Amino acid sequence: MRMTYREAIRAGLHQGLTTDPRVFLMGEDVGRYGGAYAMSLGFLDEFGPERIRDTPLSELGFVGAGIGAAMGGVRPVVEVMTVNFSLLAIDQIVNTAALYRHMSGGQFNVPVIIRMATGAGRQLGAQHSHSLENWYAHVPGLKVVAPATVADARGMLPAALAEPDPVIIFEHVMLYNDEDEVGDWQCDLTHAAIRRPGTDVSIITYGGCLPKALAAAETLAVAGIDAEVVDLRVLRPLDRQTIADSVRRTHRVVVVDEGWKTGSLAGEVIAGLAEESFYDLDAAPRRVCAAEVPIPYAKHLEDAALPSTAAIVETVRQVCGA
Amino acid sequence: MREFTLPSLGAEMDSGKLIEWLIKPGEAVQKGQVVAIVETTKAEIDVEIWFDGVVGELLTVPGETVPVGAVMAKILTPDEAPPARTEGVRQRVSPAARRRAAELGLDLGAIVGTGEQGAVTLADLDAAAAGRPVPQATAAAASAPRPAPAAGTPDDRYASMRQAIAAAMSRSKREIPHYYLAQTISMARAVDWLTAQNAARPITERVLMAAVQLKAVARGLAEVPELNGFFIDGAFRPAPVAQIGLAISLRQGGLIAPTLHDVAAKPLVTVMAELSDLVSRARAGSLRSSEIADATITVTNLGDQGVDSLFGVIIAPQVAIVGFGRLAVRPWVTEAGNVAAVPTVTASLSADHRVSDGHTGARFLNALDDWLQRPEDL
Repeated sequence: MRMTYREAIRAGLHQGLTTDPRVFLMGEDVGRYGGAYAMSLGFLDEFGPERIRDTPLSELGFVGAGIGAAMGGVRPVVEVMTVNFSLLAIDQIVNTAALYRHMSGGQFNVPVIIRMATGAGRQLGAQHSHSLENWYAHVPGLKVVAPATVADARGMLPAALAEPDPVIIFEHVMLYNDEDEVGDWQCDLTHAAIRRPGTDVSIITYGGCLPKALAAAETLAVAGIDAEVVDLRVLRPLDRQTIADSVRRTHRVVVVDEGWKTGSLAGEVIAGLAEESFYDLDAAPRRVCAAEVPIPYAKHLEDAALPSTAAIVETVRQVCGA
Repeated sequence: MREFTLPSLGAEMDSGKLIEWLIKPGEAVQKGQVVAIVETTKAEIDVEIWFDGVVGELLTVPGETVPVGAVMAKILTPDEAPPARTEGVRQRVSPAARRRAAELGLDLGAIVGTGEQGAVTLADLDAAAAGRPVPQATAAAASAPRPAPAAGTPDDRYASMRQAIAAAMSRSKREIPHYYLAQTISMARAVDWLTAQNAARPITERVLMAAVQLKAVARGLAEVPELNGFFIDGAFRPAPVAQIGLAISLRQGGLIAPTLHDVAAKPLVTVMAELSDLVSRARAGSLRSSEIADATITVTNLGDQGVDSLFGVIIAPQVAIVGFGRLAVRPWVTEAGNVAAVPTVTASLSADHRVSDGHTGARFLNALDDWLQRPEDL
């Protein structure tokens, strides 16, 4: 079935709301407005205000309420408009959701799902455009996923609803209008996926950078470089096995990450390879990340600050000595 | 210990990008040996070294852009102890290649790396094991054709060459007050003489009129040295002999002016051989540093494009450029006073008025004419 990334997320939400009476949706503008990215348009009429709950502009308050509800036995899906705003709720997420199973000696789990838009490219300015996935991927007790394909957008939410512990889902804003044929969307939340097999270099990426990496791989193929593209899918815990297996085959690696380079997930991937796959490396690993500036508003500057297909191609060429 | 520095490969050059070292630490080098390939805005140049020694340390890594005068390598003089592999210079080997070499029992010291920063890679091991020369590209594309190497696409090269030409020509027209002279010269004797000469030569060794003209220019300059040299710091510095820069258009666009050395002193066949060698290597992008830097005057020839005459723009700090149009059969009044169909060429001179005057330029064109009337003396 052909659908957009946006429709896929919506279908997952709809499925959850339809099949499990414990599931409910809460967040800013999810009800009457239909969601900041129109994800829940019509849901209020279909499921009623009990289950489609508009919240005040208080991330700390409504994310905390969602966590409390999850501990109380229901299955809240909390929508935070962008990861940038989630910093207001980070105390609830890190100090409560992630820790309660541990601190209660296993008596309380927190099956909350927190969905956040992330990333730049829509000229929304610095306070709406950053990629802070790595802040959450740092924290034990959280599962962090980033659907990069329409099928994963369809399948990850139902999979997350089956998890007993908190799951954070990062939806890149530039993917919402992507369209693809979706067949079997059932998926796990443990494995990275090889989106394009190749033999010469591993391009490891996730989320909004996957289409850029795949485009770069096609350009490189014309130049005789056969790149493998690995979609991390799950940012915590990282599927280090799939990463290491890929690099064992290709011996070269470029990691593409829309976060800032310093302290990035890309850095974590490479550090893991340096520790576990050192003798598989035939060239120094490289990163393509966002420029270390607040993401600019002006279109040409925004483009220049973000990982580009051209930058990926150039970096891969360097790594391949071509 | 002597330092090998990046030479200036042209008046407009202020930096160069090291493409490749052709030497490695511990290796003996001789004066005149090509030791590195450096990319300038105009071309990739084979850079020579001007003293004997043993390579101590390579300080610049391939891909790095360094300013003119930067120390690129340390060279030990022959009497300094030549260590087989200099202390402190660790051979770079990729982790994967190190493990593979250990598994195969290969001696890494005998393998030249072609990876980043000269690192030995898996591809180098494969090449060494197979006993074949290491390909420029890594194993990544061993099976597939690969476009131009890292130096940039031909388009990039053309764009940067265009910028370099723009800068040089703008500077010339801004700073140098050109004056222009032209003279049509009968080539009857030169053509007859050359035809007779060539008749006795195998086709591959035949001499083109362009070589005869170059020789005549060099001879003429010996008589009018005010046009041969450099204008530097407000003063003319004459050059002892003519080192003729040859304007060569490149097939992908742009042009380059490498140098033919000591043209006046060389036999015509040698000039011809060097001329064809220079043109083909300029177009293949494999010029040597000694051929690119030190021209004292430039000759440009658009005759094969059918141009009657041309007036060149001087390449600073040179003070003149000589142009030749096509060899054309034109009506000509002979010495006997008859009009005859005679092969002629229009030679032109653009010269720096700060250094010479029209009178000097006219003397040169007369000298050139004179030499072309007695080609057997060239």
